Order: sequence, then C-alpha cells, then structure tokens
Amino acid sequence: MVVAIILLLVAVGSVLFHIYSPWWWTPIATNWSYIDHTISITFWITGFVFFAVIAFMAYCVLRFHHKEGRQAHYNPENKKLEWWLTIGTAIGVGAMLAPGLVVWHQFVTVPADATEIEVMGQQWSWNYRLPGKDGRMGTTDVRYVSSENPLGLNPDDQHGQDDVVIASEDLHLPVGKPVKVLLRSLDVLHDFYVPEFRAKMDMVPGMVTYFWMTPIRTGTFDVLCAELCGAAHAQMRSKVIVEEENDYKAWLEKQKTYAELSGRSAVMRATYESGGK
Amino acid sequence: MVDVPYDRIADVPPAEVPEVELYHPKSWWTQYVFSQDAKVIAIQYSLTATAIGLVALVLSWLMRLQLGFPGTFSFIDANQYLQFITMHGMIMVIYLLTALFLGGFGNYLIPLMVGARDMVFPYVNMLSYWVYLLAVLVLASTFFVPGGPTGAGWTLYPPQAILSGTPGQDWGIILMLSSLILFIIGFTMGGLNYVVTVLQARTRGMTLMRMPLTVWGIFTATVMALLAFPALFVASVMMLFDRVLGTSFFMPALVEMGQQMKYGGGSPILFQHLFWFFGHPEVYIVALPAFGIVSDLISTHARKNIFGYRMMVWAIVAIGALSFIVWAHHMYVSGMHPHFGFFFATTTLIIAIPTAIKVYNWVLTLWRGDIHLTVPMLFALGFIITFVNGGLTGLFLGNVVVDVPLSDTMFVVAHFHMVMGVAPIMVVLGAIYHWYPKVTGRMLDDWMGKFHFWVTFLGAYLIFFPMHYIGLLGVPRRYHEIGEAAFIPSSTHTLNAFITVMALMVGFAQMVFLFNLVWSYFKGRPSGGNPWRATTLEWQTPETPPGHGNWGKELPVVYRWAYDYSVPGAEQDFIPQNQPPRPTRAVQEAAP
Repeated sequence: MVVAIILLLVAVGSVLFHIYSPWWWTPIATNWSYIDHTISITFWITGFVFFAVIAFMAYCVLRFHHKEGRQAHYNPENKKLEWWLTIGTAIGVGAMLAPGLVVWHQFVTVPADATEIEVMGQQWSWNYRLPGKDGRMGTTDVRYVSSENPLGLNPDDQHGQDDVVIASEDLHLPVGKPVKVLLRSLDVLHDFYVPEFRAKMDMVPGMVTYFWMTPIRTGTFDVLCAELCGAAHAQMRSKVIVEEENDYKAWLEKQKTYAELSGRSAVMRATYESGGK
Repeated sequence: MVDVPYDRIADVPPAEVPEVELYHPKSWWTQYVFSQDAKVIAIQYSLTATAIGLVALVLSWLMRLQLGFPGTFSFIDANQYLQFITMHGMIMVIYLLTALFLGGFGNYLIPLMVGARDMVFPYVNMLSYWVYLLAVLVLASTFFVPGGPTGAGWTLYPPQAILSGTPGQDWGIILMLSSLILFIIGFTMGGLNYVVTVLQARTRGMTLMRMPLTVWGIFTATVMALLAFPALFVASVMMLFDRVLGTSFFMPALVEMGQQMKYGGGSPILFQHLFWFFGHPEVYIVALPAFGIVSDLISTHARKNIFGYRMMVWAIVAIGALSFIVWAHHMYVSGMHPHFGFFFATTTLIIAIPTAIKVYNWVLTLWRGDIHLTVPMLFALGFIITFVNGGLTGLFLGNVVVDVPLSDTMFVVAHFHMVMGVAPIMVVLGAIYHWYPKVTGRMLDDWMGKFHFWVTFLGAYLIFFPMHYIGLLGVPRRYHEIGEAAFIPSSTHTLNAFITVMALMVGFAQMVFLFNLVWSYFKGRPSGGNPWRATTLEWQTPETPPGHGNWGKELPVVYRWAYDYSVPGAEQDFIPQNQPPRPTRAVQEAAP
C-alpha cells in the first residue's frame, strides 16, 4: 500500500515538477524554434510513457502484493500483446524521429544567402572575424599565428586583407540576416555555445566546423564554452550583441581590418603582390 | 492468444557426469589469495571494486560541495574539480561497474547458474583479477604523483588531455592511460573465460534457452566487451604515444598558449570515434547484466515466470548488436560530417524498441504476480523507475537535432547518471541483498536494507530528476562554478545546494549498507540454502556457501527453464531447474 503510493507519488511529482519548474529553456533568439517544437513533442510522448509505466507498476504493487493464499498467474508468453506493444513503441519512436530528421535536414542545409562569419576559440578566449568589403574571408593557418596575427590569417591572401578582426572583444550581429558561423580552434576542443541560439557546434583544431542560424530578436547574449577545454573552461566567456541593421553598421565602421592591424608594411606587400590593385 | 509450451523435452536420464579436472588448493595462500576458484575471485573483484568505488563516492561529495556551495571550500579549485569529475567518472564506469558486474557477479554466478564446477580456465581467471588489481593501484597512485590525476574529463578528449592547460598533464594522464591498458588486458583474460564457460561448460540439460536471464545478460555483455574494449585499447596506446613519444595520431598542428607545437596531421575526432566505439557498447556492457539480473530478481520475488522469456533473450541480443552502430550519437556536435546524424539518430532510436520491450516485460511480470516486497524487489522497482526515466531522456539526446541544444549541458549529466549510474547500481544493490545469503549463509538485516533502499532511491531521484532542468535551462557540464550569466536565475543556486544535501544523504545511506554487510556477516540470521525459494541452480547447491567444485559428487541435471514459479498444480510455488519432471508430469502434459 505505502510502496504503491510512493511509486505513484514519484510519477505525479515528476509531472508536477515539470509543469511548475522555474527552470526552463531560455527565450529563443534564432530561427531554431523548430528544435524547441521537437523537444516539446518528445516531452509529450516520453512523459506519457513514463507516467503510464510507473502508474501501471504502482497499480500492480497495490493489487498483487503478497497476501496469504495468493498465487501468481502462470503465463509465460503472450505473442499478440508483445507484438502490439512493439508496434506501438515503433510508432511512438517514429513520431519523434521523423520531425527530428526533418529539422536536422534544415539544420545542415545552409541557405545560399547566409553571410559567413568566423569564431575562433583558444585557451581561454573568443575571437571573431567578419568578411570585409569583398564579402570573402581570407585563408588561415595556425602556422601564421603570432602576437600580431592572433587569428593566423594568411598574410599573402588578398581576400584576407579587409577582413574585420575582433580579438577578445564582443561580437555584433545584424538581426534577421542568416549567418553561417564557421568555427575554428587554435589549440584544443571548444564549443561556441549561446543558450538562446539553441544551435551549437564543437570547434576542432585542424579543421573548420560550422552551423547556421538567423537571429530573430535583438539583445545581448552570453557566450559560453560547452566543450571541456582545460582549467579555465568555465571562465571562457564573451558576448554576442544582436542589433538592428543601422546600429550594426555603425559598430562595424569602428572595427579594424586585418591590414590595419598588421600594419602598413603588410598592406604594401599585399598590394605589390596582387599587382597594384 | 497463443501460449507457447515449455519443457516438452523428454526426461533426461541422470547420466554419469565425467569429473572435471579441478585445481585443488594446497595451502591457505592458494585457497584465499592466489585462488583459482571463481567464487573467491568474484569476492576479490567485488571487494576491490567496492574499495575504489568508495573513492569515487567521496569524490562525488567533494564535487557536489563545490557545485552546491561554490567558493565556500577553499581546498577545491577549478583544477581539482576537473580532477574529481574525471576520476569519479572513470572509476564508476570502468573500475567499479564493469568490474563488479562481470568480474564480480559474472565470476560468482556463471559457473553456479549453468551448473559448472568452475570457470574453464581457472588460472587465467586468477591472473585476470591480479592484473585488474594492478590497474586499480596504478589508477589510485595518480592521486599521489606530481600534478595529481588527470582532469581531462573521463572521455579524455585530445588535444586537451595531453596539453598543459589541463591538470594532471605530467603523470596523471600517462598513468591513467597505462591503467586503462592494464584493465583491458585483465578484462580480456576474464572475459574469454566467461564466454567459453557459458558456451562449453553448461551442465546436462542446460540449453541456451533455459539459461537464467542473468547469465544471458552477463554473457552478451562480455561478448560485447571483448569486441569493444580493443577500440579503447588502441586509442589509449596511440594517445600514450602522442603524449610520451610526440607522435601525432590525434594531434593536429596547433598553437598552445602562443607557442607553436611540433604536432601536425592528427585528428582529434578520430579519437572520439574510437572512444565511443568502445564507449557506447560500454553503456550496455553495464546495462545488460543489470537487465538480466533484475529480470531474475523480479521473477523470483513476484513468484511468477518472467514474462516473454524468449523475447527478453532476443531483446538482449538485439540491443547488444545494435549498440555497435550507434556510437556517434555522442558526437552530433563534434564537427563530424553532419550527414552522419541521419544514420546515427535512426539507429539510436531503433534501439529504444527492444529496450522498451524489456521494460514492458518487467512490469507485465508484476501483473497478476504474488509480489513480495522484499529488499531485492524494492531495488528492482527502483531500477525500473530510474531506468525508464533515464531511458526516455535518452530519446531526447539520441534524436540528433534535439541533442544540439542539450549536448554538453547538465541534462546529459542527469541523463547518464540516471540510466547508467543510479539504475545499474539499484540492480547491484538489489543483487547483493539477493545473493548475500548464498555467499555468506546469512541474511542481510531487513530493517537496515529498507532504510538503505528508500534513502538511496528517493535521494538519487531527487538529485538527478531536477538536474535535467538545470541543463534544459542551459547550464553547461564540467563547470566548477556557473559564474556570471544573465540567463541563469539565482534560484538555480538554491537547487544546486539542495542537490548537494541530497547527495550527502545518499552517501550516508551507503555507509549504513556497508555496516549491514559487515554486521550481518557475523550476526545475520542464518539463511539456509534457498531462502528466496528460487528455481535457479545456484540455490540448489549441496552446501551454502557453495564448496570447492560447487556440486559435491555429481553435477546437477537440468530439466526445465529457470522460471517455473507458481506452476498450476505444483506442490510448491517454485520448481527448481534440476527437479525431474515426474512429480508434475500430469501438469506438464496438461499445460497448454
């Protein structure tokens, strides 16, 4: 009796906690509300199964606990019941998997008009790079990294000269424009994680990873590192400021390009090598 | 409804069983220390695993103290926190759970349950334990070496695992990898034993489809471990080379703290593939023995045959096979090719189907049973709740796009603790209450057992259920403190403090359990040979605790499956597997 009630209380309590929990996902700031919908579907289906199984179990404990003279029913198998349960489970699984795969397809299909930006992680700070007037970012290699060239841009690549370099400062993004976020790391794994964006991806030294999103509301958001990267992992912070187009342009005007940061000589050299253009 | 008849096998005549050649100890040393008796080796494995498990328990208190009351304990800093979580995770998953289920329960139960005198290779079995002990000692030594144990996280992801930004880069990581290599060598020796014993040393009449599900679970898990651990072995050797010899298996060209390193051309993601090719089967290496054992606990204590035995066996085998093609669901946001996501999400969610069948069959076994709410049964019920909870949250993390916001958050921590921490440990504890009488001849104290169960079950649930919501909010894992972040309300700190208090209480309950183990060994009520009136062979031994060679003069002969509980018309509500069919022949023929 007591055991059955406690089991039932665990199920009821879990559902009530879920409903009244003050801890819930952050208000979304990108187009990935599809992900939230998929989570909601999953909560409904799994919540139903959870409650049904525990409640059934509690009922069994209440109804069939040992009493003098009780004998258990002898029933090794019931093919029909087992098949129906299997089919029902398969349907439930399909109902979660299908929307999940559809949204994953959207997640990995970057729209053609997305602007490429770059986030680069290192122990333990964030750096950003935006394409310059030519709309393209120059190539990079960790072998070029130095104190004057923290992001490791290729000094001989003309596309890189006008790239906007934001070292250890906050990132600004215009609202409503799709961006493809290219992710790089200099040293160990990191993960560019903004809870309100929902999307995240590891940054792996030696390769470029990416995700895409469209910010849908303005605001200032915390950037955290979500992949263990050493002693100061928890302190690796930055901010992303999503703002209106005009504010964004005003901010962009004030940023320095790679050529400006790396000094006159590099500009001269690049101009010379690109044939005076 | 079609009922399937069992035991339509003709009466097996009690034949002369040839005596198996056994090693007979000649001294105290070879009987109790360098013993080749699987039962002694099982106790050695269990005690060693418990000892190192207590270290992991203390580490969990320390990390919870830091998370619940950040800044209060000056002796815990960021580096130590990372070392605590790393050692806690590695100990719990490998040195405690794997060793206890396979080395402990496997060694004790396999020969007894299949009706063998011992494991088929007793000497290798003994060696397996001593290499395991060495692995544990090497692991424990990292607490005392310069720089301390590694703080790379139990996943040991390179490059950070071997770079200077991570604590324990000097000795810690080298000894950790060495210890893993030793563990795998030791396990392989034991594992081959378990597999060959199940396949070759079953007694007459013990067909595969008459084996208790405990043996099926341990057997399948061992086969999986033999296939999965080599991936970790290779990865450990390669990373050891990267660290010690400066090779670049997993190390790309990189700049560390402004310094150009000499590495180049390696792939950090390759390590993750190798690690999880081992790591995901590992989840089921821990889970399948638990599945098997809990099936037997439920059946015995509900006095009812396990529902759908054949489906249960096939579900174990199907889960074991499928678990080898789901590994990259740990890597959805690792930067691997995104199209992998479609494949691994599909395989991962398919594995939910055989797993769900097992859950249905457990609760359907309770249906119309005669449920004795003994301590083992309580732990079995606790297992079902925590396993269902943890299994269902697995459907979030397995479904690739849902995993994207949740990965690397406290949701993941809550999920895997519920499903492969709390749930299997519920089974371990239930199993200890169940088999302790066979091992010692005495019952564990019931009152302490019930106290232990309720505090452990409710406490663990209150630790890990709310933790999911901290993760849903977005708090990342492996943070020694949350720090300043606008999206985290201050109530989160209150919840963290609550979880810490619960963790300390659950820890205290384990002390009561340990006291019970010692106290009952001397003062417990004598149990007799078969206190639970169970059908399986280990309860039918001529002596309790079973003597050397297990079975006295003749091996038992098996006439029926392991689940003849409450057979209509039978004199008692259980019929041991080795009871000849004659007394119930009428029933056998009348049964549908």
